[in-house]
Amino acid sequence: MAENISFFFQLLLTGLVVGSIYALVALGFVLIYKSTSILNFAQGELLMFGAYVCLALTVELNIPFIWSFLLTLAFSFALGVLLERTILRPMIGESIISVIMITIALSTVMRSLIQIAWGTETKVFPPIFSEEPIHFLGLFIAQIHLYSLSFALLCVAMFGLFFKFSSAGLAMRVTAFDQQIAHTMGINIKRIFALAWAISAIVSSIGGIILGNINGINNLLAHMGLKVFPCVILGGLDSIIGAIVGGFLIGILENLAGGYLDPILGGGVKDVAPYVFLIVMLMIKPYGLFGKVLIERL
Amino acid sequence: MPCGLFHNRYRTDERIFQTIWVRSWLTVFGIFVLLMPFFVSDYIIYVTNTIFIFIVGAIGLNILTGFTGQISIGHGAFAAVGAYTSAILTTKLGISFWIALPIAGFFTALIGMIFGIPSLRVKGLYLVIATLAAQFIIEYTIIHWESLTNGITGIFVPSPELFGFVFNTDKKFYYLLLAFAVSAVASGRNIFRTRVGRAFIAIRDRDIAAELVGISLFKYKLLAFAISSFYAGIAGCLWGYYTNVITPEHFTIVLSIDYLAMIIVGGLGSIIGTIFGVIFITILPELLTTIGLILKGTFGQITTLLSAIKGLIFGMSIILFLVFEPEGLAEIWRRVRAYWKLWPFSY
Amino acid sequence: MTPILSVNNIQVVYKDVILVLKGMSIEVNEGKIITILGNNGAGKTTTLKAISGILKSEDGEVTDGSIEFYGERIDKKYPEDIVRMGIFQVMEGRRVVEDMTVEENLMAGAHTQRNRKNRKKDMEMVYHYFPRLIERRKVMAGYVSGGEQQMLVMGRALMSRPKLLLLDEPSMGLSPLLVAEIFNIIQTINNERGISLLLVEQNARLALSIASHGYVMENGRIVLDDTVEKLMDNADVKEFYLGLTEVGKKKSYRDVKHYKRRKRWLT
Repeated sequence: MAENISFFFQLLLTGLVVGSIYALVALGFVLIYKSTSILNFAQGELLMFGAYVCLALTVELNIPFIWSFLLTLAFSFALGVLLERTILRPMIGESIISVIMITIALSTVMRSLIQIAWGTETKVFPPIFSEEPIHFLGLFIAQIHLYSLSFALLCVAMFGLFFKFSSAGLAMRVTAFDQQIAHTMGINIKRIFALAWAISAIVSSIGGIILGNINGINNLLAHMGLKVFPCVILGGLDSIIGAIVGGFLIGILENLAGGYLDPILGGGVKDVAPYVFLIVMLMIKPYGLFGKVLIERL
Repeated sequence: MPCGLFHNRYRTDERIFQTIWVRSWLTVFGIFVLLMPFFVSDYIIYVTNTIFIFIVGAIGLNILTGFTGQISIGHGAFAAVGAYTSAILTTKLGISFWIALPIAGFFTALIGMIFGIPSLRVKGLYLVIATLAAQFIIEYTIIHWESLTNGITGIFVPSPELFGFVFNTDKKFYYLLLAFAVSAVASGRNIFRTRVGRAFIAIRDRDIAAELVGISLFKYKLLAFAISSFYAGIAGCLWGYYTNVITPEHFTIVLSIDYLAMIIVGGLGSIIGTIFGVIFITILPELLTTIGLILKGTFGQITTLLSAIKGLIFGMSIILFLVFEPEGLAEIWRRVRAYWKLWPFSY
Repeated sequence: MTPILSVNNIQVVYKDVILVLKGMSIEVNEGKIITILGNNGAGKTTTLKAISGILKSEDGEVTDGSIEFYGERIDKKYPEDIVRMGIFQVMEGRRVVEDMTVEENLMAGAHTQRNRKNRKKDMEMVYHYFPRLIERRKVMAGYVSGGEQQMLVMGRALMSRPKLLLLDEPSMGLSPLLVAEIFNIIQTINNERGISLLLVEQNARLALSIASHGYVMENGRIVLDDTVEKLMDNADVKEFYLGLTEVGKKKSYRDVKHYKRRKRWLT
């Protein structure tokens, strides 16, 4: 009996940790969506970028981790701005589907570039945090898991305040709603987009670095990007809080489903379960737990 | 020189090919297509066959996404349903291609309708995500229901037969697939001359207003999913019988993305755009492979990087297209025609 | 008196192939209300969009001519710079940001104003002109009534401290009483704050009642350009825009043709 309970809690804990990474990436996704109404299919590739660059800096150039971390963030900021400038800016005013397609194409391009530069084998980070797991109520939690958890929560708080109260945050919401209105209000749309992408790239890179530390890096990391969708549907596409909660929930749910259903269904449940939850959520509460309902007047 | 096209009968107004000019060029083109297999290599026939199959599938997707406005990124999965259904019917129940094909089509239409149900609750971006989920769920089911589908090993599909005549070469398949492609294009184009087609377009443009006018969103959205999945199922089915083997690898999200790319590059809401888009997206990788083979002599390592480079160029060309002409090849076609109609005055 | 805004013979083309404005010129003097009348499709909204700089987002371009505001050329500038210079366009159709509250919408309007302290004062000013908005402050903008939405978009415009307001069909879709109220407020704002106004309207009578100068547009060109008094006396304007035909008399088609003949001579 005790074994069952501890199995459950171990799954829960793993779920929380994975969930915190999902939460971070979902945060980046929602940021772009909220400001620019773009569904960024390349979110996973931004994550990969962070992981690979940080690894290259740490391992190939032998820069101490903390500096590579910060440098990677700087590069991510630059990447975000670059992407916005060259690819997304000409898309201002185009239809949803064109924009979706361009982020899909972007994800292909980025993945190919990373593959050309760094190949396809899995790489590992040198151990950064102490390997000593922390004992907590009879369960083990690795230090790095604890760090990622706390960091995610920190980001949540910051962004929530940003969108509600700051001038740039309001400007982002107007732009997300209708770019033409933003234009007539004197909002510099280009700057808003660049900011959204830059911040999103940074947040995803952090997620990627953490994930890379836990699991190693290869180009399957990009699938994380697609996992974002169940998280944001659960939480609500345009809600920062929703992204966080959704991230954690999916992390927990997928681990529980995997742990209990894998033996019955033959494996791989962890990868498909989030999508089943997604469909269920769409049927019950399409706008997610925290999303805003679409208001339409004829 | 005529200064406009004036019809005085409904019949002439509703014609798809309205001027004599267009009709004669169409006939010339038709003759060319019919005679082509006798003058070109097997490889080119193979590529053209692929184009025909994709035209069938892509028209289905354009009906759903371009004309009815329901964005779907699960089209590849529906093709898989069609392919596997017909393959299972033929290999496990011995049903011939000619009967298995329509059955597979209708079954896929049914599955499509089921996955289309979320479209009644959510729109736009949310629907894309729902269809994404459909893609993964269907893929998972195919891989793991091994008793039915052989999982990742796949199914070996025999070539279709008709009164002893076996379709087992590229050339023989060419005419069969040509017939399918032509019927797909004709039926697709004709749907939009009917009530149903107009209802679809109304739903795309302003669905609440459409409902007020009496168009039942429930019925027509599901119908759009059904029709679109029917085309996808047929395309998947044809693919299976043509290549004689189907595995889950053929029908991943990459396929769904390819289909979407085809209709976006070609032009949403345009049948002729679909044809352009399919040709473009199919020929691009083949072209790159050919170039890769030519360069192999000089740059040895190119082959290892080839798939990555192909991906790179594929993505880049889509990006360039969307940046410079988001309404696709159909719009370029339209602008060229408009330009020449009024030449030498540009407006 | 030099005009603060002068549109000089501009030609506007959409998507490289659709010619919408075929050489039109207007002037706005400081503190005045100028109105542009005309039917649908005449090009009135396009004119406003050319001035406020948002043509590019609709694939449109000013291909000839120039627009000057306080002597500076603005036809090549970005919309955000034009707003900072003091021109604000209130688009047709009451475009509020539906998922933000009324108050958040107003705050967003002050985006170009650097000084935070002014915002509070400006909001009070807006509430002073549009008292109905006070009780609806915390409500989602998408749910308030049409009239309140129109007030909201105008209040939002005021938050940016404009020198020139471009109003596009403010009366569209509103009840007559509400329209009268709103036009009253517009006139008050013009009197008290000296904000110049370029008003595009289909409701000709209403527009001419508050404007000092008017333009009539048809097919992308100005066909009449005069002070309001002379316009109201103009037989063609009376017949086709004010509905003041001779009551009781029979109409002869010869008279109708006469208008068309005159138009050709004018353009």
